[in-house]
Amino acid sequence: MSGVTRVRRSSGAARVGATPSRTTAAIILILAGLGFLYPLYSLFRFAFWPTAQTHGFTLQHLKRLTDPGQAYMYNQLFEGIQNSLVIAVVTVVLMVVFLLPAMILAELRYRRVRQVIEFVCLLPISIPTVVLAVGFVPVYQQIWHVTGSVAWVLAFAIGIIVLPYAYRPIQSNMSGLDMVTLSEASRSLGAGWLATVWSVILPNLRRGILSSALITVSVVLGEYTVASFLTQNTFQTALALLQHADPYVAATFALGALLLIFLILVLIGAVGSFSRPAKRKGA
Amino acid sequence: MSAVETTAPAAAAALEVTGTAVELIDVVKTYAGHQALTGVNLRIEPGEFIALLGPSGCGKTTALRALSGLENIDGGRILIDGKDVAQLAVNKRDMGMVFQSYSLFPHMTALQNVEFGLRMRKVDAASRRTRAAEALELVGLGHLAERYAHQLSGGQQQRVALARALVTRPRVLLLDEPLSALDAKVRVSLRDEIRRIQKDLGITTLFVTHDQEEALAVADRVAVMNAGNIEQIGTPEELYLNPRTSFVADFVGLSNKLPGELAGGAVTVYGQRLDVLGEVPQAGAVTAFVRPEDVALIDAEAADAWLHGTVVSTSFLGSLRRTFVRLPDEAVVAVQHDVSDKPQAGDAVGLRFKGRPVAVATKE
Repeated sequence: MSGVTRVRRSSGAARVGATPSRTTAAIILILAGLGFLYPLYSLFRFAFWPTAQTHGFTLQHLKRLTDPGQAYMYNQLFEGIQNSLVIAVVTVVLMVVFLLPAMILAELRYRRVRQVIEFVCLLPISIPTVVLAVGFVPVYQQIWHVTGSVAWVLAFAIGIIVLPYAYRPIQSNMSGLDMVTLSEASRSLGAGWLATVWSVILPNLRRGILSSALITVSVVLGEYTVASFLTQNTFQTALALLQHADPYVAATFALGALLLIFLILVLIGAVGSFSRPAKRKGA
Repeated sequence: MSAVETTAPAAAAALEVTGTAVELIDVVKTYAGHQALTGVNLRIEPGEFIALLGPSGCGKTTALRALSGLENIDGGRILIDGKDVAQLAVNKRDMGMVFQSYSLFPHMTALQNVEFGLRMRKVDAASRRTRAAEALELVGLGHLAERYAHQLSGGQQQRVALARALVTRPRVLLLDEPLSALDAKVRVSLRDEIRRIQKDLGITTLFVTHDQEEALAVADRVAVMNAGNIEQIGTPEELYLNPRTSFVADFVGLSNKLPGELAGGAVTVYGQRLDVLGEVPQAGAVTAFVRPEDVALIDAEAADAWLHGTVVSTSFLGSLRRTFVRLPDEAVVAVQHDVSDKPQAGDAVGLRFKGRPVAVATKE
């Protein structure tokens, strides 16, 4: 085998899909890292080294947040953050209450509809958000007649936009699990359907559900278009408005949001590679 | 293995069950217009070990799943100790089941897996733990109780699955090709272990397999299935030595399918007259199923050589040797003989039927 490898390498033929050398990998990593970090650094620089008069790092702009005289300017931002968090929680609840049971049911009992669910869940990714938002406007005019103009109702619209991102981690978790056999084993041991789902299926889908929830939260925190079209105050719309009045504080919060989303992604990665005891196969 | 031998009897005593009679009466199951079971009738005596044997798609797994309640039947009755359970949900039937694919719950340790059935029956935590530990001892895995499924080999996983199925003292044990995913050596050892445990516990067992060696080796009786029905049920010896249909003769063991002429209750194959097993079809051209061990490989010049041919290939099978011989009419005959005879490909040899009765089928 090694002989074959040597011959191939010496022939100079292109090695499609081959692992890059350590140097190439390091260069790619550094370039990608710079591309990712430089805008963040610039944002950080803008927020905390703001003027020629200040020398070095300063938090002076953030002091304005506690100034009662300027509270009117920032209250909208805090309300937007609060609304976004409520929408995120409601969206996650909607995913857990509707999407998850639908996927489990399709996997265990109605396997023919799995493709329909996949199609419906992935559809929003192919439709521009602006188009969706324009479609939502007349719908929400009717909804707000009933609920009043409250932000949490946006969770229904954002839930649709989030569907592809929420669906994929759960589906990926499911595809690595023989759910049918596990449920049959559970039922043959005396468990009913509810006990089977609660004690066997859900614990094994925990990773997918958690990833799905975290992605949902990060998408909701970054959502602007729908909230803007439906004239609701969320974190992103408030940030856009504040940008005109106080760009330094807006930059600080934007940086904070990016770091939060980055932390969420790291958390998803950690959940994905949740450390299990090393594989030991006995005789 | 020593751990198994020393601790198993006590564990077996704790899990001992009273054998239950199982009966399938005219069971019919249809999938999208295709009849998977076409009126299956099967009676399993209390404590009996029955193997359902057949080729892929013959309905053996469907029959087992119908008995377990995982499949609803479209007709017929399923009796457990005389009581019809056909309408009972799977979780109410009180049957232990081991699946073909490893079905341990990945988020639980071996002990927690075994405890699961007891937990569903609301057994208190202390008794649960004791009984699960006993069940694991029974299958020789008491020392691996805290391991997760991914830390166990395939054989160990199936043994845990067996312990999990037995710990609730089910009325019937159902085994759906539990050995098919294992390598040959583990398969044989686990097969023997399943049989030992089944005998120790006295539990009525239905074992589905497509591997005839497995079925013949462990079962009290073997039911051979074909096209959704049972062709023949009998002891392994009966099936092998006295197949009642051409399908059974062909499927169970290796047979040479040779042209013959049936007349007067006997069949003439290459000029040699042989008695016929089972039902004798109408006189005329038939196919005779001659076992390789019923053909003798002799010297080409021997006076009793009825047939002459050329060796195509020969294989050493451990305790015996199997040689394929091409006859002048291009038919190839398999012969089983002593390993001390070592014919070479191309050798001219003689063949003789040993005169044992053979199964026949009307030629299509």
